[in-house]
Amino acid sequence: MTIGLEHYLTVAAILFTIGVFGIFVNRKNVIVILMSIEMILLAVNINFVAFSVYLNDVSGQILAMFVLTVAAAEAAVGLAILVTFFRNRGGIAVDAAGMMKG
Amino acid sequence: MLQAIAFYILAAVTVLAGFLVISARNPVHSVLFLILAFFSSAGLFVLLGAEFLAMLLVVVYVGAVAVLFLFVVMMLDVDFARLREGYVQYLPIGGLIAVLLLIEMIMVSAAVAGRGAAAGREPVAASAGVSNAEAIGRVLYTDYVYFFQAAGIVLLIAMIGAIVLTLRHRPSVRRQKIHEQVGRRRKDAVAVISAPSGEGIGE
Amino acid sequence: MVLQTWLTVLVFAPLVAAAIAGLFGKRIGAVPSMAVTTGALFLSCAIAWWNFYLHTWGGQHPYLIELFRFIHIGDFTSTWSIRVDALSSVMLVVVTTVSALVHLYSWGYMAEDPGKPRFFAYLSLFTFAMLSLVTANDFMQLFFGWEGVGLASYLLIGFWFHKASANAAAIKAFVVNRVGDFGFALGIMTVFWMFGTIRFDELFPLIPAAADRTWNFAGYSWSALDLAGGLLFVGAMGKSAQFFLHTWLPDAMEGPTPVSALIHAATMVTAGVYMVCLLSPLYEHAPIAAQIVTVIGAVTALYAATVGLAQNDIKRVIAYSTCSQLGYMFFAAGVGAYNAAMFHLFTHAFFKALLFLGAGSVIHGMHHEQDMRSMGGLRRYMILTYAAMMIGTVAITGLGIPGLKLGFAGFYSKDSIIEAAYAAGETDPTAMFAFWIGLLVAGLTAFYSWRLAFMTFEGTPKWAHAHGHAHHADDHATPAQIETHSEPDLSHDHGHGHGHDHKPHESPAPMLIPLAVLSVGAIFAGWFFYPYFMGDHNAAFWQGSIWGLGGHETVGAESLHPSGTDHAATGHGAEAAAAGHGAAEAAHGGGHHDFPLWVLWAPVVFSLVGTLAAVWVYLLREGMGARIAATRGPLWTFLYNKWFFDELYDAVFVRGARFLGDLFWKGGDQRIIDRFGPNGAAWASLFGGRRLSRIQTGYVYHYAFVMLLGVAGLLTYVLFNARDLFGG
Repeated sequence: MTIGLEHYLTVAAILFTIGVFGIFVNRKNVIVILMSIEMILLAVNINFVAFSVYLNDVSGQILAMFVLTVAAAEAAVGLAILVTFFRNRGGIAVDAAGMMKG
Repeated sequence: MLQAIAFYILAAVTVLAGFLVISARNPVHSVLFLILAFFSSAGLFVLLGAEFLAMLLVVVYVGAVAVLFLFVVMMLDVDFARLREGYVQYLPIGGLIAVLLLIEMIMVSAAVAGRGAAAGREPVAASAGVSNAEAIGRVLYTDYVYFFQAAGIVLLIAMIGAIVLTLRHRPSVRRQKIHEQVGRRRKDAVAVISAPSGEGIGE
Repeated sequence: MVLQTWLTVLVFAPLVAAAIAGLFGKRIGAVPSMAVTTGALFLSCAIAWWNFYLHTWGGQHPYLIELFRFIHIGDFTSTWSIRVDALSSVMLVVVTTVSALVHLYSWGYMAEDPGKPRFFAYLSLFTFAMLSLVTANDFMQLFFGWEGVGLASYLLIGFWFHKASANAAAIKAFVVNRVGDFGFALGIMTVFWMFGTIRFDELFPLIPAAADRTWNFAGYSWSALDLAGGLLFVGAMGKSAQFFLHTWLPDAMEGPTPVSALIHAATMVTAGVYMVCLLSPLYEHAPIAAQIVTVIGAVTALYAATVGLAQNDIKRVIAYSTCSQLGYMFFAAGVGAYNAAMFHLFTHAFFKALLFLGAGSVIHGMHHEQDMRSMGGLRRYMILTYAAMMIGTVAITGLGIPGLKLGFAGFYSKDSIIEAAYAAGETDPTAMFAFWIGLLVAGLTAFYSWRLAFMTFEGTPKWAHAHGHAHHADDHATPAQIETHSEPDLSHDHGHGHGHDHKPHESPAPMLIPLAVLSVGAIFAGWFFYPYFMGDHNAAFWQGSIWGLGGHETVGAESLHPSGTDHAATGHGAEAAAAGHGAAEAAHGGGHHDFPLWVLWAPVVFSLVGTLAAVWVYLLREGMGARIAATRGPLWTFLYNKWFFDELYDAVFVRGARFLGDLFWKGGDQRIIDRFGPNGAAWASLFGGRRLSRIQTGYVYHYAFVMLLGVAGLLTYVLFNARDLFGG
C-alpha cells in the first residue's frame, strides 16, 4: 500500500503520546522526563518534515532544524540543572521536591 | 512496495524504542533505547527524502544530546531500586488520558491527510538536480538568516548557562591568578625590617 | 418705636448675658458673670412690667414686631418675631419676674458652688428660650423655644454632673420631653398640611372653616382638627409632665432648687398650658381633642396629688404639687375656660415659686438636708422662711371666703377653674368628671401642702441627733460636701465649726428678698388681677387673644359687678385679631350666671377638710403619719412608688427597647449582616483560598498532568465542534 501522509503523522502522534505519558508517570527519575521531552520534540520534527515533503515546501525542514537546535540547548541546560539538583539533594527523585507548594 | 515494508519496519522500531525508553528499569538502557529511536527516525527521514535532516538528527541528537544523557546518567550515583516505586499509581488515569489524546490526534491526522492542503499530493522530496542540502541552504541563509543567527545566540546562552550552573571551585585545587601575580607591587611583597644582629625577628 | 426696641432688648438681653457669662465666665470671674446675668434679667423684668402696665391700663393694642426672616422654603415661612398681646404680656411678666428673682436668689443659694458662671449662664439661656417661646408668632419659633427650654432644663438638671443620679435624671427629662416633642412636631406638620401656613395670625382665621375636614387613614375617617389638637397636646403632655409623660418631673428635682423653682414650677412646665391657650381657636373647634385634654388634665391632677401624699423629700412633694396644679390648668383649658387656666398659671407661678424657694431656704438652712422626716420644729430657727412658706401654703390650698371673694391667690384661680368645669359639665360629661376630680384634688392638695408645712416647721425637731457627717437617704444634692467641705458662711451671725454645730439657720438676704416679693404676689395677685383675667375687664384685657371669651362665665364676674351686664357681648366687642367670635359664642350657648351655692362653697369646704385632716395627723397626733407609713400597707406602697409608673415604663419601654436593640444588634447585625457581609466574605475568601491552594502541590509532574488534561480537553472540544469534518 502506498504510504501516505497520515502514516507519518500517526507515527508522530504515537511518539508524542508516549513522550507525554512518560513525563507524568516518571516521578522518581528525572532523566527519563528529560528524555521524554526529547521524544516529544522528535515527534514534532517528524511531523514537520512529513508536511514539508508533502506540501513541497522546504520551510518545514528549516523549522525542524531550529527545533533541533533548541532541543539540544534545552537538553544541555536541563542536564546542568539536574546535576546541580543532584548535588544539592543527593538523589534524582522529583516527587520529594515539593518546595513550590502553594 | 519496498518503501512500505521499510516504513513499517522503521516505524515499528521507533515506536517500540520509544516505549521502552520510558519503561526500562535501568536509565542507561533508557538512553540506549532513545538512541535507537533517534536512529530509526533518521531512517524515516531518509525515506521521506530529507537526508540532510536525517544526518543532522544522527550527528546532533545521537552524537551530542544522547551522549550527554549517557554521561550524566553514568556520572550520577542513583539508587535504581528506589526509582520504581509509585510507578503504577498514576498509570490508569494517565494511560486513559494519553490514549484519548492519541485517538484524537490520529483523527486529526486522517482528516488533514484526507482533506487538507496536502491531500492527494505525492511526496516530492527534492527538485531535479538540487540536493536536499542545497535546497535547505538556499533558503536558510536568505529568508531565515535572522532566525539562524538567533539560533546561534540560543546555543551560546545555553552553553553559558550550563557552565554557570555546574561550575564549582574545588578548594583543594590550586590555581594561578595571573593578573594578581603580575600586578604585585614591591610594597606588598617586601618589607624592610632592621633587626639587631644576633637576635632575629621576633613577632 | 421705642417700645419695640425695648421689647427686643427684653427678649435678647438674657441671651447676651448668657453668652457673656457662659463664654467668658472663667475669665471675668464669678461675680461679674452673676451681675451681668442678674442685671439683664432685672432689666427685662422691668420692661416686661412696663409693657404689662401699658397693656392692662394703657390701652395698648396687640401688635407684632417682625425682626428677621428665619426660614423660607416654598409655602413654609418663618419669621423671627415678637408678638405682643395679652397672652404674651402675661407670660412675659411671669417669666421675667420669676427668673429675675431666681437669679437673685441664686446669689445666696449657690454661694459656695464653684460653677456659678455656668449656672447663671444656663439660667439666662433658659430665660431667653422661654421668652422666644412666648413671643412666637408661628410654630417654628414656638418649637425653637420649646426645644431650647428642654435643652436648658437638661443642662440645669444635670448641673451637678458628677452625680450619676443627676445625669440620669437629666437624660430622663430630655428623653421623655422628646417623646412629647415628637407628637408636637407631628401636630405642627398636620397644621401645615391642613392650612399651608404655620403663622398664628394667618392660621386662626382659617380654622372655623376647616372644622369638618377629615383625614382618611386605615379605613377610618378622622377629624383633622382633632388630630392636630391631639398631637399638639402630646407635646404639651411631655413638656408639662402630664399623665403618661410625667415621670421626669420628680427626678428633675436633682437639679439645684432655684432651677426647680424657675423651670419646673413657674415657666417651662407651663409652656404646655400656654400653648393650649394660645391655640384656643383650634381647640374650640376640636371637641374631641379638648375632651382628651380635660380627661388627661384631671387624671394628672388626681395622680400627682395621691402620690404627693406619700413622698418624703420636700422638693418632690412640691414637684408633685406642681404636676397636680398643671393638671388643673389643663382641664380648665379643656373645658374651654382658657382665661381661668391662664389666671391659675399666673397665680400658681407666684406661690409655687415661693414654695420652691422657701424649700430651698429650708434645705440651705438645714445644710442640704432634704428629707422631711429629718426636719421638724424649724419655726423657731427660720422665722422668715416659715412665714413665706405659710403664705405659699395658704395660697395653694385656696383658702378664702367665696361670698366675699376674699382670699389668697390660689383661691381665686382654683375656684374659677372648678366652677368653669361645673358649668361645662352640664353639656359635657368629661367636664363633670373633671369637676369632681378637681374637688377631690383640692382636698388632697390641702392635705399634702399642710403636711409638708407641719412636718418641716412644727413638731419636735428630728434633726438634733441625726446630723454629723452622715449622708442622709433619698436624694441629696450636696455641693458643699462635694466641693469644698466648708460651711456656708455668707452673712451669718454664728460661726460654725465643721461637723459640730449643725443647727438650722436662717438664709441670707439674697435668698430672703425674693421670698418676700413672691409672698406679696401670692397674697395679692389673685385679688388684684381677678377682674382683668376673669372679671368684667377681661374682654378689654384679653382683646381676643383667647378664643371663646364670654362663653364660660364664672361667678366672679357676677359678684363683682352685680349689674348683670351681658358679658357675652362685651367679650366679643374687642379688636378682631382673631375673627369669628360670633360662631363660637353661639356654640357655647351663653354663660352661666347662676351657680348653685354648694358649687361655690364646695372647693373651700374640701380644702378645709384636707387642712383639718393634716392638722389632726401631723400636728395634734404627731407621729401618726410616720406610723401609717411604717405599716407599708398596699395603698401606701402604691402611692409611694408613684403608681409603679417608673417600673412599668422600665419593663415596657426600656427593656423592650433594649431587647429590640439587642435583637437587631446581635441577631440582625452580627449574625446576619456581618456573617454574610464582611466577615462572611473574609471567611469565604480564606476558605476558598485554602482549598484552592491545595492544587499548588509544588510537584512539577502534577502541573504537567494538568496541562495534559487541558490539552486533551481543548482538543476534544475543538473536534466536537468540527465533527462534521470527519466523515469517512
